[in-house]
Amino acid sequence: MSRGGRLRDALVLAALAAYAGPFLWQLLTSFKPEAELLRVPPLLPTRLTLAHYAVVLEQSLIPRALANSLGVAGLTTLLALLLGLPAAYALARLPVPGRSVLLLGIVASTAFPQIATVSPLYLLLRALGLRDTWTALVLAHTSFALPLTVWLLAGFIREIPRAVEESAAVDGASRLQTLRWVLLPLLAPGVASAGLLAFLFSWNEFLFAYTFTASEASRTVPVALALFPGVFEVPWGDIAAASMLASLPPVLIVVGLQRYLVRGLLAGAVKD
Amino acid sequence: MTRRERAARRRGLLLMAPTLATLAVLTVYPGVWVLWLSLQDRVPVFGVERFAGASHYAFLAGDPRFWSAARTTALFTVASVGLELVLGVAVALALVGQRRGRHLAFSLLLLAWAMPAVVTARLFEWLYHPAAGLLNVLLGGLDLNWLGDPALALPAVVLADVWRTLPFVAVLAYARLLGIPAELYEAAQVDGAGRLQTLTRITLPLLRQVLLIALLFRTLDALRAFDIMFVLTGGGPAGTTETLTVYAYRGLFQMLQLGFGAALGVVVFALVMGVAWAYLRLLRAGEAAA
Repeated sequence: MSRGGRLRDALVLAALAAYAGPFLWQLLTSFKPEAELLRVPPLLPTRLTLAHYAVVLEQSLIPRALANSLGVAGLTTLLALLLGLPAAYALARLPVPGRSVLLLGIVASTAFPQIATVSPLYLLLRALGLRDTWTALVLAHTSFALPLTVWLLAGFIREIPRAVEESAAVDGASRLQTLRWVLLPLLAPGVASAGLLAFLFSWNEFLFAYTFTASEASRTVPVALALFPGVFEVPWGDIAAASMLASLPPVLIVVGLQRYLVRGLLAGAVKD
Repeated sequence: MTRRERAARRRGLLLMAPTLATLAVLTVYPGVWVLWLSLQDRVPVFGVERFAGASHYAFLAGDPRFWSAARTTALFTVASVGLELVLGVAVALALVGQRRGRHLAFSLLLLAWAMPAVVTARLFEWLYHPAAGLLNVLLGGLDLNWLGDPALALPAVVLADVWRTLPFVAVLAYARLLGIPAELYEAAQVDGAGRLQTLTRITLPLLRQVLLIALLFRTLDALRAFDIMFVLTGGGPAGTTETLTVYAYRGLFQMLQLGFGAALGVVVFALVMGVAWAYLRLLRAGEAAA
């Protein structure tokens, strides 16, 4: 490798380290002793402590909020996939009347600003007695997760050649058998991509979650983090620890399932 | 139409029915109802509920707070999206030439994009802390009050948003760059094209389409942005970071004027749909020309 190339590599890596700065600084803060938080410089702490995590896990509503978020995001993903898979199949493979209008409507509904739909949804969910429940949030989040999954999955199905299904039919497989044993395995990575994005968007969602929840019964992590209490002063260390816990699933997804995430991201943006 | 075709159509509609019904209730119905709501005086705490015609819209036309929020929304969108595009392309170009640490780089970028905006807001709130914030320390011990100073608050919010969303542009541009055949660059080199010429004549035109799409997605998101300013500044100081969405939220759930807040929501709605429509026309024109 040339010297110039190595220098360039090093420069880019240094720039990236700077880019990661905000996250790393918060990570460091979450392990800093309380007394050293507001005393900078020096930037590095004299010792590391788990005290902030102990406070967040034992005395705050964050653990409950994590469970709520996991439940809401998990159920939203499940519902979006269950409803979205058949719809995507129909759009990709069957002669649905008004197909292009339906597709346009589905894409347009992903662009609906939440601030416009939040007030009618609020009245609707209140009328149904669903305020402050998981159900309310799952329904609200399905409003953006479902169009997204239908759109992505329809694209992924179209990428699979029809010939694959046709040859299975020639071999005497029934329609359901073909779907279950031929199409679904080929579609699995696409389902993973769509599901991951639905999960992530539900996990991160704030406006609906902030509006439709009222207590720890349903408050999700972003809401709990935004409302993190400080009695006399802002507990920066505890907030840092809570932020790290709130980022944990996204971190795991980015590190462990990056391939599927990127595929979904690109498919969502690049398909016609 | 044969019987077979009719059966296939019926099956198609049947498979779509649950999704269509769900979306009808969860997006179409609220999308229409909000229009109706915006024509009413509706204050649930006082039991007020009466038709108000277009009075909320008439009020907004002469409301300085509305125009200030509209201006903030425009400034935020233009600054944030502009920076994201330029920096995102720069990052993508840097990554394509990178030999080591690409995977790590990619993970870092995706992480910033994938974490909740509320976390981003908390991260930057701490960076901007006047006394102990990393930013002031690194700037040589300044004591700038980033989020409290009306002149600095909006740039501070934009910076946080750019940090969070630049990776989206970078990933899209990067994927496109990987698809450009090396022969194209070799040919340019043989023809004696300089670096700048290669960039402006080959790379950027090939990125055009994907950047237009990134521009569309990012502009729609920026127009709707809520989390980052709501948590970081709450719209302050002195309303300098109050966007239309934040104003609408305050109207709905803090002033508890559902009709008035709905009218603001409709304005954001119209803005987003208008921009989406304009972009799609632009994209089509680009496709026709290409």
